Amino acid sequence: MGSNDFAKLPYIGESVLRKEDERFLTGAGEYTDDVQLNNLTYTVFVRSPHAHANVKSIDTKAAMAAPGVLAIYIGEDVAHDKINGLPCGWLITNIDGTPMNEPPHPILAQGKVRYVGDHVAMVIAESLEEARNAAELVEVDYDVLTAVADVRDTMKEGAPLIHDLAPKNHCYKWAIGDKAAVDKAFKTAAHVTKIDITNNRLIPNAMEPRAAIGCYSRASDEYTLYVSNQNPHVERLLLTAFVMGLPEHKVRVIAPDVGGGFGSKIYLYAEDVCVTWAAKKLNRNIKWVADRNESFLSDAHGRDHVTHAEMALDKDGKFLAFKVNTDANLGAYLSTFSTAIPTILYATLLAGQYETPQVYVEVDAWFTNTAPVDAYRGAGRPEATYLLERIVSRAGWELGLTQDEIRKRNFIKTFPYQTPVALQYDTGDFVQLMAKSQELADVAGFAARRAESEKKGLLRGMGYSSYIEACGLAPSNLAGALGARAGLFECGEVRVHPTGSVTVFTGSHSHGQGHETTFAQVVAARLGIPVENVDIVHGDTGRVPFGMGTYGSRSISVGGAAIMKAIDKIEAKAKKIAAHLMEASDTDIDFANGEFTVRGTDKKVPFAQIALTAYVPHNYPLDKLEPGLNETAFYDPTNFTFPSGTYICEVEINPKTGETRVDRFTAVDDFGTIINPMIVEGQVHGGIAQGIGQALMENCVYDRQTGQLLTGSFMDYTMPRADDLPNFTLGYHSTPCTTNPLGTKGCGEAGAIGSPPAVINAVLDALAPLGVKDFDMPATPLRVWEAIQSARV
Amino acid sequence: MKTKLSVNGKTVTIEAADNTLLSNAIREHLHLTGTHIGCDTAQCGACTVMIDGNAVKSCNMLLAQASGMSITTIEGIAAPDGTMHPMQQAFKDCHGLQCGFCTPGMVISALDLCAKHPDASETEIRDLLEGNICRCTGYQNIVKAVQQGAAHMKA
Repeated sequence: MGSNDFAKLPYIGESVLRKEDERFLTGAGEYTDDVQLNNLTYTVFVRSPHAHANVKSIDTKAAMAAPGVLAIYIGEDVAHDKINGLPCGWLITNIDGTPMNEPPHPILAQGKVRYVGDHVAMVIAESLEEARNAAELVEVDYDVLTAVADVRDTMKEGAPLIHDLAPKNHCYKWAIGDKAAVDKAFKTAAHVTKIDITNNRLIPNAMEPRAAIGCYSRASDEYTLYVSNQNPHVERLLLTAFVMGLPEHKVRVIAPDVGGGFGSKIYLYAEDVCVTWAAKKLNRNIKWVADRNESFLSDAHGRDHVTHAEMALDKDGKFLAFKVNTDANLGAYLSTFSTAIPTILYATLLAGQYETPQVYVEVDAWFTNTAPVDAYRGAGRPEATYLLERIVSRAGWELGLTQDEIRKRNFIKTFPYQTPVALQYDTGDFVQLMAKSQELADVAGFAARRAESEKKGLLRGMGYSSYIEACGLAPSNLAGALGARAGLFECGEVRVHPTGSVTVFTGSHSHGQGHETTFAQVVAARLGIPVENVDIVHGDTGRVPFGMGTYGSRSISVGGAAIMKAIDKIEAKAKKIAAHLMEASDTDIDFANGEFTVRGTDKKVPFAQIALTAYVPHNYPLDKLEPGLNETAFYDPTNFTFPSGTYICEVEINPKTGETRVDRFTAVDDFGTIINPMIVEGQVHGGIAQGIGQALMENCVYDRQTGQLLTGSFMDYTMPRADDLPNFTLGYHSTPCTTNPLGTKGCGEAGAIGSPPAVINAVLDALAPLGVKDFDMPATPLRVWEAIQSARV
Repeated sequence: MKTKLSVNGKTVTIEAADNTLLSNAIREHLHLTGTHIGCDTAQCGACTVMIDGNAVKSCNMLLAQASGMSITTIEGIAAPDGTMHPMQQAFKDCHGLQCGFCTPGMVISALDLCAKHPDASETEIRDLLEGNICRCTGYQNIVKAVQQGAAHMKA
């Protein structure tokens, strides 16, 4: 079925209320910490209070003697049991062809700690309180070393060495694009715009803290790991094949209800391994739940780039070439997908929506004494969009062009379009996205609103951002060629029951995105049955055949496509059964609206009857066809999908206090086919909220000398609250994706990708009359006030 | 020590250590796991329950302090036949939840808000929800849900 036909089916484009909501609204959701198990013990991790130190000794005697304590494990126990360190899933190759530096990432410190929160010991006790009390009694003798937290410091001569296997704290130097062509283009440029920017480090802060319960059954020699995770099969693969050396069929990973992920729950973490490993040693179930402080310290963080970039333009404001140097902070260890974020998911997006003939990007990635940095909502693409959309607006201002004009002069207008940085965009309509966004944002009324603000003593500015992202990760062969150590397909199983209801088992995982509804709509639409008759099962390697999980806005475009393929198989088999029942050739059978008909006759059989016949095969072509109606399909995408949009933000700033408020925010997106507009709208709202959070308030700060996390609680790290945000105005202009059968492009990350530069361009527009030309996120009152003061000097 | 209190209309006696937090007593002793712990420091609001008609962050209170009080958790909001409260229904109708983790606390805060400020404006609703963090929704649909829930509660 083509995407055009698919989009016309019933349920597609309908805001069906969510099937999952009732359990969440009545307290019946089951998150990892809610799972009730017998034989349960509790674990607390002793974490390093120092950013960088040698561990001279660990004395566990007093802790072992404390009430309720069952065991204490340290790095030596891990080494003794030959448990490997945590693997990195993406090999990046240096410019010179050598592999990146990949130092070990132990689950419990092997003689050295490398960030505040690094794992030193695991204390297991009968109760949580006993484990906590005993953890305080573990005496660790540290030899404290000089720490380095900032990427600008770690690259300096004489910086403290974090890993023996990573000289100069360097992980890799990677590049993409044609350097010689870029250099040549710069020589012909009429104008060059330069920018130095930092992309502020963020802490994801899903509301459910990470949690894991390790279980072991002596009867079957099988492990079960309950874990708050976005991709249980990937978790199992990494845990078994890379870390513990176990056969996969002996480990079941269950990610039950998961309270938000935003990337931070993609990864295999030390705690997940520890509870699984120790469950067998103790023959007890072991629960660990992070407190919020541990989340701040040990969840993988996001962003943290420092970049210098230059754009060459001709006299008409057309982009000739773009060159970029980025230094990325990877933290103390390589988290699961960390190395791909500042490279594959960042540099390939730096053509943006523009016909820039040449782009060259060099990325240096560095180790520091901070928590590991990995994908956070958008993952590389927000960093690319922030850089590009900032320099585009700046180039326009330097040339006397408005923010829309500089963009319109450079928009890509014909598709497919091959960028100079590897990607080929299949579809898009950037001109119309801009036009519709300007209309919805009432750009025409801006001057009057600015005058109103001025009357109140406030500065008003308007900022644009035209983003594109690569989603639907990913064609496995392409990802493999780029260094991925896993495939990125998806799996779906469609099980039609004898009475015609359907259970779908998907490798995608929902942690708020509403798959149980959206995916059910897809199936109900295809099979012509009520959406209530379709249940979606996800998050359990014991029930779902296989899967690669949810990240990179991939679920509907890859997971949904796998389900579509499985339904194709269901439909093909059902047609054969229908042909038998109606004594016709299966090539004469049509299927629509839940009914099988014989072309050119009035014969028909409903879907439910086919289902029953498949399982009660009394009148059935048993010589040619197996009974049952249960099909599994794997889908590997042939290209990325390319959501795009133009966002327009208006801010009001009080120049006396620096207080900055987003007054209006308009987002017009191209997500291709939209299955459930209500859910898509919710995804955009949430993404924009996180993007505005990054632009206005969120900032992860480590002390530059000691590597102590200064923003380690909700009192120090500012999360957007209800009164910090306006209502958002949303619109769509869709050009369906041509490379998957649904025509979908993905919508989960767009808001977080597109919004930060729109906000900061608006701040710069507002402050321009005061002479402020540059500004780094977040636009807190203090920083805005300081920018105003220094511009006056 | 033993603490006697009313939870969702039933009198219960909980035997727990003196330093047991109300949030832990609700989750671990009564197995009412709809009350979530998002920070344990009264900053996020996920553990909010209704105590004698006031929305209170249960992680910031000892079980002993709740002695003799009447507590309603998210499990006690719906009608006895299971029909969701108009505020619960409003959250569903308006897509005011995504991952669901902050939702119980958000609904309890919304009930308190509407009882005390039945005519709250959108701006006031946003101010009054300041104690509850949601990372998923961007709040717009939560505000919409509170407005719909308030209208139904008045009707």
